[in-house]
Amino acid sequence: MNKASSLAVATALALSTMPALAQKTASQGIDEYRAMLQDGNPADLFEAKGEDLWKKARGPKNASLEKCDLGKGPGVFKGAFVELPKYFADTQRVQDLESRLVTCMETLQGFNAAEISKTAFGHGEMANVTSLATWIAAESKGQRFNLSQAHSQEKTFYEVGKRLFFQRGGSHDFSCASCHGEEGKRIRLQDLPMLTKNPGDGVGFAAWPAYRVSNGQMWSMQLRLNDCYRQQRFPYPGFGSDATIALSTYLGVNAKGAASVAPAIKR
Amino acid sequence: MADPMRIRAQSSGDKATVRVLMSHEMESGQRKDASGKTVPAWFIQEVTAKHNGKDVFSAEWGPAVSKNPFLQFAVKGVKAGDKIAVTWKDNKGDTRTDEATVS
Repeated sequence: MNKASSLAVATALALSTMPALAQKTASQGIDEYRAMLQDGNPADLFEAKGEDLWKKARGPKNASLEKCDLGKGPGVFKGAFVELPKYFADTQRVQDLESRLVTCMETLQGFNAAEISKTAFGHGEMANVTSLATWIAAESKGQRFNLSQAHSQEKTFYEVGKRLFFQRGGSHDFSCASCHGEEGKRIRLQDLPMLTKNPGDGVGFAAWPAYRVSNGQMWSMQLRLNDCYRQQRFPYPGFGSDATIALSTYLGVNAKGAASVAPAIKR
Repeated sequence: MADPMRIRAQSSGDKATVRVLMSHEMESGQRKDASGKTVPAWFIQEVTAKHNGKDVFSAEWGPAVSKNPFLQFAVKGVKAGDKIAVTWKDNKGDTRTDEATVS
């Protein structure tokens, strides 16, 4: 059963306006399909769940996350997404949105951060982290990326991320740059953004978390990177590991000025 | 208890466009899990909508509808401030009703 196509049919019927089958490229067709889905992006459901999780008293300490400091002061979530990853003085490391949320879940709510980081994506508390990240990202929709490079650690993470981006390895001798280092590349019908510079508004780093229609899953940036490494036949990177955050820093700094559309919808 | 739906209802003229996003697994019953066992079918079978308590929409759904389905329909004779309530019922007997105010 191809769930993606059945949703497309359902959506098309509901809208009752099928686009004319004029001459157009495959990527234009995909863009139209995405535009059709945009109106009913199921990421909304994860957003609602994330907002609820933020405000609800949970965990061994029975506390909410409303005092969580995402880099703009305790409890400030608007605009936080477009400034992450950044250096946090309390943990003395550069953290991205998801690893920061896990830190808050440990310090404020009493969850075991190591336990959460080991949980598979889409399960248990990890699913909650993804929902939270979806909501936090949505609260910065339309804002432009502006990552700090003031701290020496932030500069180091950028440089390490750049190295990782070009580092070839695995059974296919692949690097991130193999697919994302040139203009005009694609995998099957998916255009691949060039990520060594700002790829534009709502592309690449500015589009995740995103809802994947083909498998009905909400994908965070950590899962996006995890799956990129799977496709390269690398071993899976650890959740919230320095390597994934360094890569995120590299992508985020490169995306400076790009408007965030997250949570986006993907085929 | 199932997660809430997102319902948006917007009037223009005497018509309202209702957009509903439902949170449901919608298992087709055709898939197998990692150990090779069939994942049992679990999907929404009935969807109904009421405008100020009066039935205006009903549908029978099957396993071919996608996960987290999106539904859009138009209702005549609706003005801002009216209530639109949507109910679904799945094949396990679970049900959920959510209401939205027309804007």
